[in-house]
Formats: sequence, structure tokens, C-alpha cells
Amino acid sequence: MTYLTKPRLHHPTLPVNKVGYTRRDYEGKVSTLCAGCGHDSISAAIIQACWELNIEPHRVAKLSGIGCSSKTPDYFLGNSHGFNSVHGRMPSVATGANLANRDLVYLGVSGDGDSASIGIGQFAHVMRRGVNMTYIVENNGVYGLTKGQFSATADQGSKSKRGIVNSDSPIDMASLALQLGATFVARSFSGDKKQLVPLIKAAISHPGASFIDVISPCVAFNNHPGSTKSYDYVREHNDSVNRLDFWPSRDAISVDYAEGEVIDVPQHDGSIMRLRKTRPEYDPTDRLKAIDQIGQHHARGEVLTGLLYLDREAEDLHVHLNTVSVSLNKLTARELCPGAAVLEHINASLR
Amino acid sequence: MKRIEAINDFVVKFANVNGSGSASANELFAKSFLRMGIPVSPRNIFPSNIQGLPTWYEVRVTEKGYLGRRGGVDLMVAMNPQTWAADLQEIEPGGYLFYDNTKPLPQSRFRDDIHIVGIPLTQICNSSYTDARERQLFKNIVYVGALSSLMEIDPKATTELIGEQYKGKEKLLKPNVNAFEMGFNYAQENLKGQIGLKARRADRVGNKIFIDGNTAAGLGCVYGGASVCAWYPITPSSSLAEAFQKYCQKLRVDKETGKNRFAVVQAEDELASIGMVTGAGWNGARAFTSTSGPGVSLMQEFIGLAYFAEIPVTIIDVQRGGPSTGMPTRTQQSDVLLCAYASHGDTKHVLLFPEDPTECFEFAATALDLADRLQTPVFVMTDLDIGMNTRLCEPFKWEDSREYDIGKVMTAEELEAGKEFGRYLDVDGDGIPYRTLPGTHPTKGSYFTRGTTKDHYARYSEQGPDYVDNMRRLLRKFETAKELVPQPIVRRAKQKTRIGAVYFGSTSPSMNEAMDTLDEQGVMLDTIRIRAFPFGEAVAEFIAEHDQVFVIEQNRDAQMRSLLVNELNVDPAKMMAVLHYDGTPITARFILQEVSERMSLLNVKPLKKGKAA
Repeated sequence: MTYLTKPRLHHPTLPVNKVGYTRRDYEGKVSTLCAGCGHDSISAAIIQACWELNIEPHRVAKLSGIGCSSKTPDYFLGNSHGFNSVHGRMPSVATGANLANRDLVYLGVSGDGDSASIGIGQFAHVMRRGVNMTYIVENNGVYGLTKGQFSATADQGSKSKRGIVNSDSPIDMASLALQLGATFVARSFSGDKKQLVPLIKAAISHPGASFIDVISPCVAFNNHPGSTKSYDYVREHNDSVNRLDFWPSRDAISVDYAEGEVIDVPQHDGSIMRLRKTRPEYDPTDRLKAIDQIGQHHARGEVLTGLLYLDREAEDLHVHLNTVSVSLNKLTARELCPGAAVLEHINASLR
Repeated sequence: MKRIEAINDFVVKFANVNGSGSASANELFAKSFLRMGIPVSPRNIFPSNIQGLPTWYEVRVTEKGYLGRRGGVDLMVAMNPQTWAADLQEIEPGGYLFYDNTKPLPQSRFRDDIHIVGIPLTQICNSSYTDARERQLFKNIVYVGALSSLMEIDPKATTELIGEQYKGKEKLLKPNVNAFEMGFNYAQENLKGQIGLKARRADRVGNKIFIDGNTAAGLGCVYGGASVCAWYPITPSSSLAEAFQKYCQKLRVDKETGKNRFAVVQAEDELASIGMVTGAGWNGARAFTSTSGPGVSLMQEFIGLAYFAEIPVTIIDVQRGGPSTGMPTRTQQSDVLLCAYASHGDTKHVLLFPEDPTECFEFAATALDLADRLQTPVFVMTDLDIGMNTRLCEPFKWEDSREYDIGKVMTAEELEAGKEFGRYLDVDGDGIPYRTLPGTHPTKGSYFTRGTTKDHYARYSEQGPDYVDNMRRLLRKFETAKELVPQPIVRRAKQKTRIGAVYFGSTSPSMNEAMDTLDEQGVMLDTIRIRAFPFGEAVAEFIAEHDQVFVIEQNRDAQMRSLLVNELNVDPAKMMAVLHYDGTPITARFILQEVSERMSLLNVKPLKKGKAA
């Protein structure tokens, strides 16, 4: 971490987005993570994505659990409300928050310990409920804040900094999310901003449970030879299925692409997701094939990245629960209380 | 042989097999008395099972309106061969056994100090019905008919109830009325005068309502404005969330759009249900969860977070017998300390203790207000006895002028006008800071919520003075709560006395009954019914005024007594624990025996001589 305070003055020529904010307005406090931590790159990507999407910072609610990754919401979107909750339980807090106010953007940030170990139950259920949120796992295969214990996503046979070999089989969060019914599943690498920013934009715009597994090397405890979550390892074994561009619905859509290399995936709200295919055979709308592809790549020692699955007909929990369009936290006694006359009627029926 | 003769004052117990359709027939029997203006207090005594195990339904008929469990049985309706021997043992000498005598039983299976009333139920049903299920179901209605005749219950009252129950289901109405009449007529012809327990029309029910505490609390949450409910099924609380959902579907659906002004989520466990309630409370919706002891155990970490981060949370704990899985279908007041000090570190929580369904309704709505006002978890401490038994109680009341107290929520306008916002800043001296809801203002009022320690402006700080200052403010807030919670109810004896008694929750009806008897006996005892924690000044004064104080409660370890001693710094020697914890509801007989015995040890002489019932 750095002890230098961020300069408050902005460069006068900084570009503003459509809602009148510069990129700096999306920043948060100075990170207290280690220099070179992959998580800081992800925070930067979130800042870039929100700025590009023209979301007013205070319309985002950022939630996390406990751990290095869960500290990061303090380091971006300083004008948003944040909630650093309980270890492994961010999903339930996000679910409740989302039920209370459906008008905000919900961004959940978690780690592999927080989501794959202690919080795997809540991770599973938030995906299957279809809570409209973007769930980012900053996945480094290790417990950073408690100094280097293996997490449940650490690959079998990978070596810890102290030379201990992990004997447990790993949990693949992306495959799990697919099986559980997530309607947007992607994987990326913290060191690949070009891939990550459009993925985050698309995930935020997706009206359902979006999950992004971001491999994010831990420079302190998991960036050594023998680790399968180090910068070098991921760069060497990264196999990207597609390149994504994303335009929100109000943007003009350019049609400048070569047939066969690019497909447009229109979303529910009219926005366009454009996939630049590096692997022409990859179809991101087939859940079963996506699971299969992840498995095949894993068997070859490769990390499959990109948009892995997208359900264009996604519905969220509010649709399932048939809630009113106005947020529940805006309802007053007038809308919520049936009143004395109705109560008299109920009393009468109980005699 | 002695023969118990009583009018409008006796106990009838039904011994049945779980899942045999007896529950609705037995409730029909109980309600018939209410229709005749005679108060009843029924109790389900049921196993943790869906079908096959023994289950009992005990009806206390009580013209005086004593709604506690009396103890003892005057008439046993023995329909379960599995429990026959034990059931027979429970009958008071001179009482009655009502049974199915289709198959003859040897004399040795009976008692000679009770009256035997046999009716060939199986034979009657087998000759009238061909379907096996009908034979079983209607057997229950046939015995209700026979009892009606034997106990002189107005058959019109019962048939009227059957009519209401099957309104619109004419196919079911007629066969039920027929079965009832079959039993009634058989008894008229063959069993006349065999039971000395009689119903006589009275006028003691008034405008009271008949409802269980869980349904009442669910309705209280509807009226109190809860819009988010997250819960996990657990006996004996499940019917509470289900009642909330049922009432919401009737009362909270937008007529124009058909959309719901509520959200109910059955969570994957109690950790998730309290997490969802915490998230919703943080985001400004009124939210609650209902659970029981094991659920509260699981929720501990979140309760601490909600306490320390100051988030409104309402938890309704329908207590059952602990520890561990304990007695899932029996009642206790054994979560008092668990909830009062829930979670690690120094914590204290607001608890409300309703005495019956009426207060379950009121306190559920009050808890939602208090949680918002105090920005903290609030527990409603009900129990299985209140929650799962239908109870005759005062009708629900609501003032249409009542607004929800959302507490100190700073608005965008106030922020814009430059009002200072410090999330954990005590601006009013009551320990309650202002909060903002997410999304309020583009540049002002946002803060980072966390379980870690922080300064007045929600900035992370592990500085000793910041921490201590915050912890002290939380204590000030708890002091503020004393004035806001439901106050205790004191009842003075006719003459000044140095002996007092403390009780709370479901002990109420038995305590009321015990007090009537003590009054009659001229025993002077002041009482105080605690309705909330933190204890107000009135509780401290009551204890200070008396040399000896009974603390009557339904757990082994005298948890309320510990809480009183700990919080009010009273001398433990003057606090005498009266403890009932076998899983059955406490009775007036038990209280009288315990209190009388100890008072005689204390050399307290009643004004006139009498003996405990």
C-alpha cells in the first residue's frame, strides 16, 4: 500500500461522461492492499466500467464479505454506500438489499475463500434465486489476509509459498455458477483490462444474476513458481474464447465488423453485446456446452476466459416474487397497512 | 364411587394418532363451547412427526376464563391404543374414560376408580361408510357428536360451526353433519347421563377472538409495515412466516397491477434469512425473520453485526425446549439470555415479551418501529405455548392515525441544506445517530458500513478512544430504549407486602389464575409482569421495594433472574427462582404450590387460613 494521499485536484481536461462525472469521481479511498495486487486492477476496471456505463456513483450499492477482496469496495466508488458484511454472507445481504430497493445497481465483491469455502452455500443460492446483481469473485486461490493458507479454488497439486502441496480438488466457480442457474457467467484475469472492463459492463447491464470469476494473483502469497494462480501461469495458460464489446441501449451501434468473426447478442433492454470471436465454435448461449468447455480446458491445464454463458431471457428475483415496480423501501403506511376497518373484519372472522 | 360433577369447569383430553384427522374435529369440539359463551383454552401436545406418533389435544373449559393449563384430566377421550395405559393413568379419580368399545377389552385394562363410557365407534362407521379414509375421518366427528349429547353441548352451536367450515363445499358439509348426528343420536339413546361434566350457556366470551400467537404475530408484521420477510422453516415458528404470507396475499396485492407489496423468501438457512433481513433493513425496508432457538444460535454473527453497524432487524423467536434440538414440539422460555446478549463481544439487545396472541400482534408491530427508531436488532420473545395454540384473547386494535416510526433517516434535502452527517455521531444525546439510505444523494451522506470499529464518520479506526466512545454511545442508546419499550405491568396486593413476584410471557394466564387463588386465601403478593428488556425504572423499583421476590419462569437456569441480577445489580439472595421446564406449559397449580411452600418457609402467614388448590 502507499501512504501518499490522492490529490484532490482533477485535471481540468479530464473527460466527463454523459451524467457529468469524470473517471476520478468513481474512485474511492487509497487501497491498503499490497503493491501489485491483482485486486487493485479489478477495482480500476470497475471504476472504468461504471464511468463508461454512465451510472451515477451513488446509484450503486457495493457489498462484500470478509477478506482482502472484500476490503476493495472501500477503494472504488467513494460516493456509493458500501457494506463490508460478514465472512461468506455477502450474498444474503445483497439479496435483502435488492429486495428493499430494486432501483439501485448491486455490485457484490468477494474472494475465493469468502465465496468458495465459508460462503459456498450463499453463493449457490444467490445464483439460483436470480438476484439482479453483479457478483465478482477476485480469485487468487489463497487466503491473503491470514497469510497464505490454501482456499477451495486452489488447484490440486499447486504449491503454497511455504512449499505445501494442495491435495484437495478445486472448486471451479464458473462451472458451479452455470450449474446453479446463473444467467451470465464469465471469467477473466485481473491483468487483462481489455477483456475485463467490457465483461463488467455487460454483467452490470444484465437483468439477473451475473457472475464473473476473475483470476487475481496474490503477489504476497500466490505468485511463485508452482502456483497456478500466478501472473506468469495465467498469462501462459489463458485461453480466451471471445472478445467482448458492450454498448448500453442508448448508444448508437456501429456496424463495422467482418462476417463470421463477430456476433451481436442483443439484450433484454435493447443493449448490444458484441462478441469478437477468437474461437468460432464457441457458443455462449449454450449452458451445457459452456460447462463442457470449461472442463475440457481445465483438463488441458488451461484457463478458459471470456463470456462463457449468457441467457438473454433472464428474469430476476423481483419478477419471480411478482413485486410492485416501486421499491419496497419507498412504501409508506398508506400502502402497507390494511387499516382498522379491515382489522375489525379479521377480528369478526376469529369469533 | 366418586363421580366428578362440574359445569363449565373441567378438562377434556383427546388422545389421538398424528395424521388421523382428529385435529379439526377436536377444534370443533372446543369451539362449540365458545359459541355457547363459555371460555376454553385448548392445547396441542404433538410430536415432531407428520403421521403415526401419538398426539394429544387438551381442552380446558373454564367459565372463569382461566386460560393457563390446569393439569389433570377429567375426561379422557382415548382413541390411541399405543398410549392407552398412560392416558388412563392421567384421569382424576372419579373422572371419565370415553373409548371405542367395538373390540372388547379385558377388565384388567381399565381402572376401577373412574367411570367408563364405551361407544362402538368403529362399528358405527364401518356400517355407514365403505371407504377406509372416510371410516377413519368420520370416526372423529362421530365422537364429537356423542360428546355433545353427553355433555349437553348445544348441537346447534356445533352444526353452525360445521356449516361455516364447509361453506361453499356442500359435498363435505352434509356427510359431516350426518356423522355428527349419528354420534349425537347414539349417545342420546344409549349413554344418557353417563358423564357428569356439563356445558351451560354463559356470557363470558364477549367480543374476544380465538387465534394462535404465530398467526397473530404474522398479522402484526403486516400491520407494522414489514415488506420483506426472510425465514427458514423450524418448529414451532414456521406458521408465523406462512401466516404473514397468507395475509399479505389477501391484503397487500395491488388491485390494479396484481403485483405484491411484499417479498417473502424462504432462505437456505437461518444465516441467510438474518442476512437478508439485515440487507433489507440497511436499505430502508422493514424486514423481519421468525425462528426458534436453534435458528437464533445460527444467527449470532449477524446479530452482532446489526448491533455494531446499527441496522434495524426484527427477529421473532418462538421459543421451544432446548438445548440443541431439545424438545422441538414442547414449550420453554429458555432463550432469554441467548437473545439478550447474542453474539460475541459486548452486546445487549432489546427483547419484548408478549403474553398472548393479542400482544404478539401488538409487539410485532412495535418491534418494527423500535428496530427503526433504535437502529438495532429487536427480538419478540414468544414461545410454542402462545405461538401454536389457539387462545381466547382481546381483539386486535389499530389506530388509523398511527404512522410508522422510521427513526432518524437523513434525507437528500437535509444533506443538500448542509446538515452535518456523521453516521455514528450522537447529535441528540440519546445515543441514536442519523443514518442515510443508499442512493440518497450524489455527493453527500454515503458511508461504508462495516462490522469493524470506526469513528463518528464511519471511518475505519482501531484507536482506543474511538472504540470506547462508540461502545459508550451504544450503552446510551440502550438507556434510551428503556423509555421506548412496552412498560411492565404492576399489580398490587390489597395490603402492603414485602413479597413480590416477577413473571413474563406465556406464564401470564397461569399466574393470573394463581393470583386469584392467593387473593382468596388472603396471601399478599405484589406482582410485576415484565414486558421488555432493557428493564425500565419500574422493574428496579419493584424489586427494591420488596424483601423477597419470586422470579417465575419456564427454564432450568433461572435466566430472567440472572438477567435481573446482572442488569439491576440486585442482591441475588432476595431473588427466588420458581422454575418449570418439563416442556409442558406452567400451571397455576405449580405456581401455587411453589409459592405457598416458600412463603410458609418465609413465615408469611395468610390473613385467613386456606389451602392451596
